[in-house]
Amino acid sequence: MTTSSVKKAGNSWRVVDIVVAALIAIAGGVIFWAWSQGAALVSVPMNAAYPPLTGLIAGGWMIPAVLGMLIIRKPGAALFCEAVAATGELIMGSQYGTTVLISGILQGLGAELIFAAFRYKKFNLPVALLAGAGAGLFCGLNDSFMPWGWNIAYEAVDKLAYIAFTTVSGAIIAGALSWVATRGLASTGVLSSFASRKAASEPVFN
Amino acid sequence: MRDALSLTGNNAVLTKANPLAKFVAVFLISMVLALSIDWVSASIALAAELALFPLAGLTLRLLWVRAWPLIVAAAIGGWSTAIVAADSGAVLLDVGLWSISEGSLELGLGFMLRGLAIALPAILLMTCTDPTDLADALAQKARLPHRFVLGSLAAMRLVGLMAEEWQTIGMARRARGVGSQGNPVQRLKATLGQSFGLLVQAVRRASRLAVTMEARGFGGAQRTWARESTYSMLDVWVLLGGVLIAAAAVLAALGAGTWSFVWR
Amino acid sequence: MGPAQVRPAAISANGWGWRHSGRTVPAIQGLDLQIEPGERVLLLGPSGAGKSTFLHALAGVLGDEEDDADETGSLLIDGAAPREQRGRAGLMQQDPETQVVLSRVGDDVAFGAENLAVPRDDIWARVHEALDDVGLRTAAGDGLAMDHPTAALSGGQKQRLALAGILAMRPGLVLLDEPTANLDPAGVLEVRDAVRRCLEKTGATLVVVEHRVSVWKDLVDRIVVLQPGAAGGGVLLDGPPDQVLAEARSMLITAGVWVPGYVPRTRTRTTAEGPAELLLAAEHVAVSREKPRRRGFKSIPPIPVQAGVSAQVRAGRALTITGPNGAGKSTFALTMAGLLAPVAGKVSAAVELSEGAGIDPFKWKADQLISRIGTVFQEPEHQFVTGKVMDELMFGPRHLGRGEERVDELLERLRLTHLVDANPYTLSGGEKRRLSVATVLAAHPQVLVLDEPTFGQDANTWAELASFLSELLDQGTAVVSVTHDEEFSAVLGGMELRLDPATEAARQEAGAA
Ligand SMILES: Nc1ncnc2c1ncn2[C@@H]1O[C@H](COP(=O)(O)OP(=O)(O)OP(=O)(O)O)[C@@H](O)[C@H]1O
Ligand SMILES: Nc1ncnc2c1ncn2[C@@H]1O[C@H](COP(=O)(O)OP(=O)(O)OP(=O)(O)O)[C@@H](O)[C@H]1O
Ligand SMILES: [Mg+2]
Ligand SMILES: [Mg+2]
Repeated sequence: MTTSSVKKAGNSWRVVDIVVAALIAIAGGVIFWAWSQGAALVSVPMNAAYPPLTGLIAGGWMIPAVLGMLIIRKPGAALFCEAVAATGELIMGSQYGTTVLISGILQGLGAELIFAAFRYKKFNLPVALLAGAGAGLFCGLNDSFMPWGWNIAYEAVDKLAYIAFTTVSGAIIAGALSWVATRGLASTGVLSSFASRKAASEPVFN
Repeated sequence: MRDALSLTGNNAVLTKANPLAKFVAVFLISMVLALSIDWVSASIALAAELALFPLAGLTLRLLWVRAWPLIVAAAIGGWSTAIVAADSGAVLLDVGLWSISEGSLELGLGFMLRGLAIALPAILLMTCTDPTDLADALAQKARLPHRFVLGSLAAMRLVGLMAEEWQTIGMARRARGVGSQGNPVQRLKATLGQSFGLLVQAVRRASRLAVTMEARGFGGAQRTWARESTYSMLDVWVLLGGVLIAAAAVLAALGAGTWSFVWR
Repeated sequence: MGPAQVRPAAISANGWGWRHSGRTVPAIQGLDLQIEPGERVLLLGPSGAGKSTFLHALAGVLGDEEDDADETGSLLIDGAAPREQRGRAGLMQQDPETQVVLSRVGDDVAFGAENLAVPRDDIWARVHEALDDVGLRTAAGDGLAMDHPTAALSGGQKQRLALAGILAMRPGLVLLDEPTANLDPAGVLEVRDAVRRCLEKTGATLVVVEHRVSVWKDLVDRIVVLQPGAAGGGVLLDGPPDQVLAEARSMLITAGVWVPGYVPRTRTRTTAEGPAELLLAAEHVAVSREKPRRRGFKSIPPIPVQAGVSAQVRAGRALTITGPNGAGKSTFALTMAGLLAPVAGKVSAAVELSEGAGIDPFKWKADQLISRIGTVFQEPEHQFVTGKVMDELMFGPRHLGRGEERVDELLERLRLTHLVDANPYTLSGGEKRRLSVATVLAAHPQVLVLDEPTFGQDANTWAELASFLSELLDQGTAVVSVTHDEEFSAVLGGMELRLDPATEAARQEAGAA
């Protein structure tokens, strides 16, 4: 029989952390899927006009990474959530095929590195924005320079423009929105068993 | 939506192969195709993949139902590459930001075919792989930590439920006077609110599911597996098939002289 | 000892208490309770008395060091802490959806046994036996297949599946937290009978929490009534069912417990007779939640869950929609309420109701809709749109630019005044229900549609709601409600529309038409 009497505080993942993180990633996927039906209205003219502009809506893919970490607050949360989100996308059918997993892991890593740089101690607005930007940057780099990237054949200027767009989009859509959402969630009381339970009353800066 | 993730009724040969073997084969093909943008390697792989579809229990109709958004996406990807890629050869169209030349058009076409050849085998993989079997293989064969694998699998089962809940919340909010009509700003606000509602429900559901799992003893270091994930001769064939398709694509492109390495 | 025999567990609580993280008062405190091996106990108490907290503690899933929760006293199963002996207790909760872990029936039942590191061959033997025991799989083989998808089960089947998953762990203690709250009357009996059979076979100890006493009264041999932690905590009453129900009848009634043979007193209707204006009519409608699918240029309508349903909604009259789980009651109600487009047939509003907005409610704009037809969803949380109770109530009137003065009266009437600054999500179940009714009424609709308004409510909230709705009816509002609750429809009076699950053939035909 298994025992779990040894309580470890801090960095080890509990079952509830794992399941909530995974479901956030999946709900994020459902939300993005619903958004993208509306976003098609935006992305088609973007593509027709100047394709790199689509980088501006890329932030939606990176919400799980930042949101997951802001809620769970444990090392690996950004990476795990984004990897689960990518797996979910693969299962539902992705235009990127199995390479979506690599993109997901890289985007998660972009956010994870920022949180790690703050030693998993700060989860305020600036850190969330940076983490979103980090995820966006890695997304832009992946799409522009990895062999499976969809923008690999763009000209250098266009790649640069695209990377700038994904970074901004990551900061605003993934960073700021996730931060606002976490505060909202905390004030509904559903986060009572997580380290983020007091997020709603934490200071915005520092 | 609910049954989109279930494989009941599919008895095709490939459903019996180990998910890990299938994954490795598909991943290999994708990586090799990714190395070059040319229409020959992409077409060869695409043709081979289409020929394999019956083995996964996939008909053309089913493929169309599941994959048409990807086909559209691939076409858009080809288009954007054609207008943004560096020009070479005769210029066919040049309007300000846009320019399409012979070279970039060929590139765009190759890009589109390559996109399809990378996306389709993933569809093939998923139509003949049950997520539960995939999780078993990941935990037992690939030795990923079982708590994370099974936790994600259990959450994954709620995708359909979340999609239904999204719709319900949308109606519930309309009944409160939050419409999905109006100007873009209003619509964006409405969608954000709806997303928040879904997140609250996701956290609640997940917390309850975690309690259910823990109450069934989940979370300990040791566990046994009711379903053993095994390898068989079929898996050797699957791997071999993957290698063959990849090699055929490369050799054909080299032979035809169209192979063009992405990082030239 | 036969193969399925287990060692029943003993429970002993001594001055036990628990405060949840983020709370100032303990949910439960000073609990002294001994339960002998093999006893069957029904646990009662008002909402918030800490019943669920107690069951979670027994199941060993309550909090840990990361929560800043507090535990006092001791709670032991067979003399050891519950956390240290996972698998000794099996817990079933209320929401059927989250009681299922995996997507195939066999795998789901095996899950618990796998986690307890039972050898593979034993697991499958246990799975077969457990499925037989709960009546989901007969020895003759005409039950569910092992790879039957769990998503395709009814609510009652899901709960019985969860019970099988618990039994496969061979627990000495079975814990049920409102296991039948979401089920129709037939589903309730299925689950209750499955529990009875299993207990008779294994002899395990049982602790069950349920607001409706009559279902479990004959199965248990002891009733324990808890007092909320805030009110001092501890056990209020303890004894054989008949004795407790007789001794404490009035006290239980005050606490909102549903005691057998008691229907809470409610206001009587005054204007239930005579003709009334037609407001809304459905003619031969077929309903589904799914949207038509596109294939090429053709649009393929979904296969409806109900077809050929007609109904009329009249001012000051009630219409009750009844039927088993999954029959399509909610779907039909949402279609009547202008939230779903009918697959076939039509829903039309009379001029008195539409007042120039057009005949088809589905085409109305959101703010045209709320001042005409108000819909209260089964899950109140789905309808919250702001972060404060007051804003929530003002939301409709502000949008419409009228009716703000009515809000105070609603607050008063539904006892929400002390909560105006609270976040709606943090309210208790009964408060959330009252709030969701109030928010919809604030827009002053002529037709009110309610989906399972009394589900999971204690008797006090129930009586309050029923009286309030009967008053609205007398004032001329039309009330459409989806409910399993016969006492509730009796209070409202009016017509009943019974929906039985449509046959496959009828649905296909309606889908093709
Ligand atoms: N996870 C939690 N975090 C914080 N507070 C909680 C948590 N769970 C329960 N509570 C609080 O503890 C108290 C007791 O709750 P509990 O759910 O045990 O009551 P209950 O008797 O089961 O009520 P009901 O009949 O409504 O289910 C309530 O005030 C509740 O708000
Ligand atoms: N959001 C949804 N999307 C698709 N199908 C759904 C959705 N919700 C329910 N269904 C299906 O539609 C059918 C009718 O559901 P509905 O909720 O109308 O039944 P009901 O009679 O209200 O049942 P209950 O008593 O359980 O509430 C069911 O078979 C159900 O599985
Ligand atoms: Mg409870
Ligand atoms: Mg219903």
